Amino acid sequence: MSTTQISARTLETPESDAAVLERMLYYLKLTREAETRIERVLYRQGRIVGGVYVGRGQEAIGVGSAIQLTEGDVVLPSHRDFSSFLIRGISLRDIFLNWMGRSSGATRGRDNTLVVADLKRGVIPYISHLGDTLPVACGVAMALKRRRNGKVALVHFGEGTTSRGDVHEAMNWAGVMKLAVIFICNNNGYAYSTPTNKQYAVENISVRGPAYGMPGETIDGNDVLAVHEAVGRAISRARQGDGPSFIECKSFRMTGHSAHDMAEYVPEALTQEWAKKDPIARFEKFLLDREKLTQQRIQEIDRTIRAEVDHAVDEAELVPMPEGSTAIEGVYCDRDCWWDKPMSMTRMSHPSQPKTDAPEV
Amino acid sequence: MPILTYLDAIRQGLWEEMDRDSSVVLLGEDIGAYGGAFKVTADMLKQFGEERVIDTPISESGIVGAAVGAALMGMRPVAEMQFMDFVSCGLDQIVNMAAKIHYRWGAKVPIVVRGPSGAGVHGGPYHSQSNEMWFVHTPGLKVVAPSTAYDAKGLIKSSIRDDNPVIFFEHKFLYRTIKEEVPEDDYLVPIGKAAVVREGKDISVVTYGAMVWTALEAAEALEKEGLSLEVVDLRTLLPYDEETVLASVRKCNKVILLHEDTRIGGMAGELAGLIAEKAFEELDGPIVRVTAPDTPVPFAPSLEEYFLPNAKKVTDAARKLAAY
Repeated sequence: MSTTQISARTLETPESDAAVLERMLYYLKLTREAETRIERVLYRQGRIVGGVYVGRGQEAIGVGSAIQLTEGDVVLPSHRDFSSFLIRGISLRDIFLNWMGRSSGATRGRDNTLVVADLKRGVIPYISHLGDTLPVACGVAMALKRRRNGKVALVHFGEGTTSRGDVHEAMNWAGVMKLAVIFICNNNGYAYSTPTNKQYAVENISVRGPAYGMPGETIDGNDVLAVHEAVGRAISRARQGDGPSFIECKSFRMTGHSAHDMAEYVPEALTQEWAKKDPIARFEKFLLDREKLTQQRIQEIDRTIRAEVDHAVDEAELVPMPEGSTAIEGVYCDRDCWWDKPMSMTRMSHPSQPKTDAPEV
Repeated sequence: MPILTYLDAIRQGLWEEMDRDSSVVLLGEDIGAYGGAFKVTADMLKQFGEERVIDTPISESGIVGAAVGAALMGMRPVAEMQFMDFVSCGLDQIVNMAAKIHYRWGAKVPIVVRGPSGAGVHGGPYHSQSNEMWFVHTPGLKVVAPSTAYDAKGLIKSSIRDDNPVIFFEHKFLYRTIKEEVPEDDYLVPIGKAAVVREGKDISVVTYGAMVWTALEAAEALEKEGLSLEVVDLRTLLPYDEETVLASVRKCNKVILLHEDTRIGGMAGELAGLIAEKAFEELDGPIVRVTAPDTPVPFAPSLEEYFLPNAKKVTDAARKLAAY
């Protein structure tokens, strides 16, 4: 596992042409910018309420993996995989609408954060009981298997989640049934405040793969090309009918568990060490060193991204929250399905007001 | 018309739905080659193949979770719990995943989780529970509990065609004790409709599952004493049929709420609330509950007999209420 150098193996493959590399950088940066805006601006200003969970420092995992999917594949991201949603074609505006509980958001204000489902784009979001999506991914793969079209399910979860029974049940199930599931463990060092040595008793959690009859691999989760390459291999294997794979991506959560958590329990030296391995800075340096992109082009990308995020936030904030009385609608899917009707744009019942004047970071 | 057991009626319903819709698949432990612990899925593997009759590892959470995943991809999975007691291991996937997806983001989750529940076969604490109320308290689910072979077939078919997660409680004591004429046609019994299974005028007994037969036995016995019981079979517990319950209470003016489940938090408490709110003026006596006591289900036949409501407990309660 490399640490501060980025791997260059995938550069030998045709997919890694300049356009793909630029796309990767774009999504890495877009994810960082959007999540920073959410966690350090909008939340502090009271424009986003509730729990705020982001994947700062782990962006390479979502980008390197989702970019490998094709139409018909299904991804079940975790709450720290913002980029998976973007790469599957869900707009920033739609993501902000949901974070802000707006009436035209994917959940019409019923669920928060990244619960932006889109079955047509093959995106099935998580529930707060992390790990529950792993058996669901197995069911998705069972359905895909019946279609015999070589499509795969890719499911993300943290290292903390691996202690849950559903992970065992799903990995065993996928192994027994030889399902096209790619299990991606986003090992970010901490599950809320619990470090890995209190979560599991092995050096690399990928040793569990072979125990379920599938390959297990530990890679540098802060190296977007390493993720891209390992996930690409696992997907090819799955498409050929050779069954599931387990990939442990070692990374670090460069923020608290959620926006309210200052993460004082993380030793400063550890954070410093991982800051040097920042996946975006590393990849940018790599692209510049190899003359894949110019500094000028990177600055253009940065400007575009800031404008895109500004625009998406502005647009989302124009949409009102749902009328309170809609809370009782759409519990059941019956003949006259509420979800099939357009959501009326009603007055905003609870206008959000900035509660602090915290400076933008 | 052929005579079928309650079990065979369920099997026939499943078979017909498998036949008419290739998106219906079965999954569960020992359901394939073995045909299920009670043989509800006997010969299905031979007929429909292993892509549609799926033997799974011992993984109740996996079974329900995979059913949800397959349902999101357009299938209609029917998941068997070998005993409904074991559904506790898959509870999270039912109450947090399956039940809430439609409310959270609008997708259909057409799954059925079915299996044997209830006591009376000396199964002990882990093969006898009536745990239907775990699900009745979960918005987003439908909960069905048939008492007759006819209803069991019609309701399993309705459950499979329903676009919501349905928890289908089969009563294992009824599996082979109930036999009746069941049409071979493709008929449905609607979810959410109760049935008045015996007309009466003095006391309404509202019940479901195996206790329907206990209520009928009590009604038979009391008829000789000139006391007329009406018996309402709820058939569906969520959503339940308020109108039929209230109509029966308004007709008889006295009511006994009967179930095999334990007392606190049981269906009887919910129905008592409904009746107190909507038919208070029409009651000529207290709302009476006849239920199991608040204990786990004991094993030894003497203990189990004490635990379970029976016709004598119902007739005793009815005589007392009649005299009120």
